[in-house]
Amino acid sequence: MTVRSAFTFWKLVFYALCAAGIYSTYLRVTGGLGAVTNLSDQFPWGLWIGFDVLCGVGLAAGGFTLVAAVHIFNLEKYKPVLRPAVLTAFLGYLLVVLGLMFDLGQPQRIWHPLIMWNPHSVMFEVGWCVTLYTTVLFLEFCPAVLEKFRLHTPLRWFHAISVPLMIAGVILSTLHQSSLGSLYLLVPHKLDKLWYTPYMPLFFFTSAVAVGMAMTIFESWHSSKAFGRALEKPILAGLARVLVVVQSTYFAMRLMDLTNRKAWGLLAQSRPETWLFLLELTLIGLPLIFLYQEKVRNNPRALYWSSLLVLFGFITNRMNISLTGIERASGVSYFPKWTEIAVTLFIIALGFSLFRLAVKYLPVFQEPGVEEIGSPRARELRRTIAA
Amino acid sequence: MANAILFDSTKCIGCRACEGACAEKNGNPYNDSIAAQEKISAHKLTTIQTKGEKYIRRMCMHCLEPACASACPVGALTKTAAGPVTYDPNKCMGCRYCMTACGFGAPAYEWNARLPLLRKCDMCSERQKAGKPTACTEACPNEATMFGEREAMITLARKRMAENPTGYHARIYGLEEAGGTSVLMISDVPVESLGMPANLAGVTLPALTWRALETIPSLVSVGSVLLGGIYWITHRRAEVAKEEGRKS
Repeated sequence: MTVRSAFTFWKLVFYALCAAGIYSTYLRVTGGLGAVTNLSDQFPWGLWIGFDVLCGVGLAAGGFTLVAAVHIFNLEKYKPVLRPAVLTAFLGYLLVVLGLMFDLGQPQRIWHPLIMWNPHSVMFEVGWCVTLYTTVLFLEFCPAVLEKFRLHTPLRWFHAISVPLMIAGVILSTLHQSSLGSLYLLVPHKLDKLWYTPYMPLFFFTSAVAVGMAMTIFESWHSSKAFGRALEKPILAGLARVLVVVQSTYFAMRLMDLTNRKAWGLLAQSRPETWLFLLELTLIGLPLIFLYQEKVRNNPRALYWSSLLVLFGFITNRMNISLTGIERASGVSYFPKWTEIAVTLFIIALGFSLFRLAVKYLPVFQEPGVEEIGSPRARELRRTIAA
Repeated sequence: MANAILFDSTKCIGCRACEGACAEKNGNPYNDSIAAQEKISAHKLTTIQTKGEKYIRRMCMHCLEPACASACPVGALTKTAAGPVTYDPNKCMGCRYCMTACGFGAPAYEWNARLPLLRKCDMCSERQKAGKPTACTEACPNEATMFGEREAMITLARKRMAENPTGYHARIYGLEEAGGTSVLMISDVPVESLGMPANLAGVTLPALTWRALETIPSLVSVGSVLLGGIYWITHRRAEVAKEEGRKS
């Protein structure tokens, strides 16, 4: 049976990634950063910052965009994909923190920014945002656990604080997404002119909103495959409409920025930066052509592939800013060591399996018409609480 | 009374006495093979670089408005009133944003330590407190590295230029670079041609991020009110619709 063999195949991949990741972790702990990374004084930030942190935080953006849509803008229609999006965001942030534990030289001092302040530092803002927003996401996801164990009294407490909590979450996310762009405002002398612009905070935020929706479509598609659920077609088509508007705005702003900075001329130089920059712009622009067509938005497979392009465009942008754009000024060439890649893949694999576990044991997908988890009584209770 | 170092490339003979004195003062190893490594690292906080017939010294430039100190989330790096940019190893969590931020490639990391720290020149901050010049200045046999108040160092540089106008390129590196530095450099050619960064003239890096950071309070207050307002309007609208729907 193909389904079965595919399942065993991914299981094997998962175990292999875990083994490589755990071995790399051992090397990281015993040998320090020098033993497992190709980082140097000239190139102090590599794959772990570029992918695990910059992309990880961005890919978690579906959480706050859907919280804003459902609870603040009261768009009830999107409720069925809200909880999976919050779960993705919560796991995403936990994994970002895990990634930081690998990257920080003194991971046991990760709490230092909470008591040793420097408000002039963007990294200080980032530290606070990670801490506070991870807490908010934990609280936003808690009800799923409480429902599972039918703890009604604490559920009522969560209900009481939910509005300020959600507003705080949206604001913290906005700050955090944009602050990752602000980090690079400090390095006009290092970041290539193709990417360096004072608008980086705005661009980081806008692209995160778009990728958050693409990520929601991506994860709905995969969970419908994995758990045999019906796909929420009208909901995803609606999300895709918002996605195409946000992504168009982002794309247009990027092009206008290049014009304002008179940076188009840089593309005349044939160098790796140019090609990777063009690849990035293509991956950002191409899905627009597809997503503007109604038949694509209503076709789950076409929609899935278009969203995947949005994800790749986003990842290419973050990797370009953190690695490609910095390399020339650093004077050295950087390519991650296998152990760096192993740790990153290990973290991604953990993300997938934790998501799977949570969906299996907790009421994450709640829409009617879909096979529900738990006893009939639990289902009934959930409906009462939801009403 | 902020102190500074003046490096005069025309007087440097490449004897590397400054490197040795620095290593000794900071408890670093020093031998022929380390002397041959012409780059700053965790065990070599200053270095002489050979550029053909000429020499240039690399070290922390002790910026007047240091990007590293503005970048550090825990305030481990501080610009002191006396001039040095100092590092507090007990605060550092190892994010290395300072290394990304620095335009001179000064901060170095203990890449092979299990719990690594940053290493950088602190302009012999402790010696300065005791009224002594930096170890490298004391070791220099040819007045290529000089130490004193920043104004006095600028005057000295101008004096040397005035006494020998053909022997110097008429510009002091560090007056404007990165918003001004506490290490000043002069040479018979532009020091940029000896490898010093050319892209920092007139750029004050911390201002670039501060412009974004200072919008946070208004973003938070306006944002909360706006989102609260939207919440109220959309939910009120739903309530009204429900109510009217029931009546009709």
